[in-house]
Amino acid sequence: MIINHPLLGPRDAAEFVYLGDASLIERPDWQADDAAEAFHAYGYLRDNPAGKHAELWYHEQGDRSWLVVTRDTTTHEITSVEMARDVARAKGRSK
Amino acid sequence: MSQVNRISGGQIDRAQEFKFTFNGKAMQGHPGDTLASALLANGQRLVGRSFKYHRPRGIFTAGSEEPNALVELRSGAHQEPNTRATVTELFDGLQAKSQNHRGSLEHDLMAVTDFMSPFLSAGFYYKTFMWPRAFWEKLYEPIIRKSAGLGRLSMQEDPDIYDKGYLHCDLLVIGAGPTGLVAALTAGRAGARVILADEDFTLGGRLNSETLEVGGVPGAGWAKEALVELAAMDNVRLMSRTTVYGAYDHGVYGALERCTDHLASSGGKPRQILWRVTSKRAVLAAGATERPIAFGNNDRPGVMLAGSVRSYANRYGVTPGQQVAVFTNNDDGWRTAADLVAKGVHVPAIIDVRDAPAVCDVPGARHIRNAGVVDTIGRKGLKSVTLTDGQVIPVDCLAVSGGWNPNVHLTCHQRGRPAWRDDISAFVPGRDLPPGMAVAGAANGAMTLAAAMAEGQSVANTQIEALGYKPSKADLPRAEDEPRECVPYWHVRESTKRGWLDLQNDVTVKDVRQSHREGFRSVEHLKRYTTLGMATDQGKTANIPALAIMAECTGKTIPETGTTIFRPPYTPVPIGALGGRSRGRDFRPYRLTPSHNWAKENGATFVEVGNWLRAQWFARPGEKGWRDSVDREVLATRKSVGICDVTTLGKIDVQGKDAAAFLNKVYANGFAKLAVGRVRYGLMLREDGIAYDDGTTARMSENHFVMTTTTANAVLVFRRLEFARQCLWPDMDVHLISTTDGWAQFAVAGPNARNLLRKVVDEAHDLSNEAFPFMACGEVTVCNGTPARLFRISFSGELAYEVAVPARYGNAMMDVLMRAGREFDATPYGTEALGVMRIEKGHAAGNELNGQTTAHNLGMGKMVSQTKECIGNVLSQRPEMVREDAVKLVGFRPVEKDRGLIAGSHFITRGDKAIMDNDQGWMSSVAFSPSLGHSVGLGFIKNGDTRMGEIVRAVSPVHGTEMEVEIVSAHFIDPAGDRLRA
Repeated sequence: MIINHPLLGPRDAAEFVYLGDASLIERPDWQADDAAEAFHAYGYLRDNPAGKHAELWYHEQGDRSWLVVTRDTTTHEITSVEMARDVARAKGRSK
Repeated sequence: MSQVNRISGGQIDRAQEFKFTFNGKAMQGHPGDTLASALLANGQRLVGRSFKYHRPRGIFTAGSEEPNALVELRSGAHQEPNTRATVTELFDGLQAKSQNHRGSLEHDLMAVTDFMSPFLSAGFYYKTFMWPRAFWEKLYEPIIRKSAGLGRLSMQEDPDIYDKGYLHCDLLVIGAGPTGLVAALTAGRAGARVILADEDFTLGGRLNSETLEVGGVPGAGWAKEALVELAAMDNVRLMSRTTVYGAYDHGVYGALERCTDHLASSGGKPRQILWRVTSKRAVLAAGATERPIAFGNNDRPGVMLAGSVRSYANRYGVTPGQQVAVFTNNDDGWRTAADLVAKGVHVPAIIDVRDAPAVCDVPGARHIRNAGVVDTIGRKGLKSVTLTDGQVIPVDCLAVSGGWNPNVHLTCHQRGRPAWRDDISAFVPGRDLPPGMAVAGAANGAMTLAAAMAEGQSVANTQIEALGYKPSKADLPRAEDEPRECVPYWHVRESTKRGWLDLQNDVTVKDVRQSHREGFRSVEHLKRYTTLGMATDQGKTANIPALAIMAECTGKTIPETGTTIFRPPYTPVPIGALGGRSRGRDFRPYRLTPSHNWAKENGATFVEVGNWLRAQWFARPGEKGWRDSVDREVLATRKSVGICDVTTLGKIDVQGKDAAAFLNKVYANGFAKLAVGRVRYGLMLREDGIAYDDGTTARMSENHFVMTTTTANAVLVFRRLEFARQCLWPDMDVHLISTTDGWAQFAVAGPNARNLLRKVVDEAHDLSNEAFPFMACGEVTVCNGTPARLFRISFSGELAYEVAVPARYGNAMMDVLMRAGREFDATPYGTEALGVMRIEKGHAAGNELNGQTTAHNLGMGKMVSQTKECIGNVLSQRPEMVREDAVKLVGFRPVEKDRGLIAGSHFITRGDKAIMDNDQGWMSSVAFSPSLGHSVGLGFIKNGDTRMGEIVRAVSPVHGTEMEVEIVSAHFIDPAGDRLRA
């Protein structure tokens, strides 16, 4: 597979480490009343779609960027590649 | 002359003669020959034995689809089994041997299996070797193992080297026949970066095997001109002897280049190269493969595919026989007859299953219409064929053509399914092609020369136009659309004898019918039940005819019956090529510590720790075993001073305005208020609350921290920190650099550690206990100005420091420390003594942080802050993880002091039965403590912290041992910590 890195252009998938569902960016609020349940869902529950899947890839043999790659799990077609930091910010994460 | 079957013409260099041997017999050939063409030239028809029935077999094809002619090449460590003679280039001195027979090839003792064939039909193994069960291991398997398989391995290490490489192109053209050549010319002339790859050693494909003309000259000549033009283009790379074997995601193709297989010796160069080709677009121009017709005893040496017979005659100047009949269901078979006769070979008959007029005039040949071959005679070489009307025709070769199958293989590698085309009675590529791929020529069902070349141009134009290149409008050279009419005809029904479909796996028409009768009707079941289409040829000549027979049995059409799709590789790829340079020691290279050379010179025994090679102990003369050395190293360190290379611990530089806040989030304990110049122990949790990693982090300045991780987790922790930095808290001003390899770090431990370091650290730095107390850190210089970092931390429990210098000074630093330490009898120590001392001190390590234990279990529950946001603290408080009676890390010592504790033992309360229900916990680490003179252990036991002094049993059913142990504090040495604060 080839992942089109937003900063570095097309890179071979062998340069990356795969983590999984990009929902891992959405870490719950530790102070919320339902924090225990929310962290349980965050840690253990994942969708397993046949089709489009936003997932985290780490460019370990490269610039160490975490990327959010939207990939079709049935065809490996990649429809978007974003910097995970940008995605996290867009989701309201900061410090 | 021994080359009895050599005829005129062909692309061989007759001026030069190659000598080679087959089963020890001396033979001759020429440059340009394959082993198969040379064997045929020398009149060698019998070349092997079949897999199951040990039937005598000859050469069946002239290409990579060969099912029969598998041979062993070369000798000694270079011996290579199961090599297809049809794709093996002849070289001077080649040694080849037939395989799969006991005794000689002519008199194979295993041939008796052929007479047992009524019992050996499809599913034989499944049905027979079922019972009694005990027979399997002792009787059946040894017999099967002995009679199974084809060639033999040398059982020696492969002496050749293999390489891997990467290539990039705009357009990959797969196959250099007429279609591929036109496609490559079209794209190359337009300026696109083109790779043209073909499995053959002479590019040109079928043009080399046919007498068809292109542009008024013989096709092979036109191909050579085209190749000259392509070779002159800087933007085109020609790759002969290169099989594109797999189509992978996003335009990536796998290709195997055989660089030196055609030479007597690789001469130290890579024998084969596995290429990963990244293409923007691809044109598959893989051509087509001829298929046989099944009839009685159609597997005799001398029965061959018609197009292959033509190849031998036209390309190699060899006739496979002196009397060659043709048996065909299509026009193309007639070309073989015509070409042979033109070369002076006698063709007594053309047997056409069709009731149709002659396709062309073939002088001397009888045209027998509406007929088939029902049987053959000649066990070790064809003598005659018997036709449906009973007439017998003496021949020594029968050229069979059942039509041609487009080579759709690579179109299926991403689950594309081929589609059936009635007009050519064959499967063509379906609609779902691998993205970026287009198919042209015979591979796409354009079976005639002019049509194939036209498609090569139009498809290449479409592909390069999509990449922004200007399509070529150049006129194509003139070529004909030769007659290719074909009727579906798969086997001779009148035949009562066994008719072979899959020659390699000995699958007959009868086996397919039986498979149908027994309910294995889906194509996938058929394959697995009969072994159809397995092994080196993957059923290239067998699959479609077998499918047709199954369709006949089920009364459905062929497309209704289905087809199997193909997986990579197209042809076999050696494991050696897939491994490349990553073999032996290079499969997993060692990382060496900076003081490795010093350790080697000083008698270290090394141990693998992750990828690292670390000194385990330093044996001295007179020491009888490792324990002697380790005990000495521990005692010497605790008595005076010891030195250990601890570079392998992960080191991460953490910098930025938010560095402290960041560490506060990734560690479970507090880091926000760590003072500059101080070090703190840190515990990391996983998000699920399990302990993950630990280490020390030093605050070098306000915004600069140096973190250490365990050796094993160095890479993983760094990855996690990057995740936290980029994905969880993206606006934090914090930056990470892995400096594990940047700094050589040494533990200097023992009562004389300070005295030793005072001789090494430059005088300007005050090392007194007041100025540089326990858990202090700072930048210093050593040896008159060499920059260094000093940390007062202790894993051993002694007064100890870790001193770090830039890695290039590591080996020298070890030497300096040892010289400075001479007056204190400084002792180098290895990982074993390190381990003994940390167990004596009660420090947790990998055995305790094993991915199942929590801070609560480790006795560090109070460290996990609940007043800040940090990874893992929420889930660490789940009831099950903080339960009162959880196991706790404590120390153990044997009641009988001379007994050695055993790691992995489980604890059972006295009087209880040693069963899982009574399990109280487990022993995680043990060592002999030379300081105390007995064995000591760390382990987890329920409520351990409240059970000091209790005696329990440590049981290890694995070792068959049981002993009484006392629960004690984990801190066997200096529990108050006076030594490390001294």
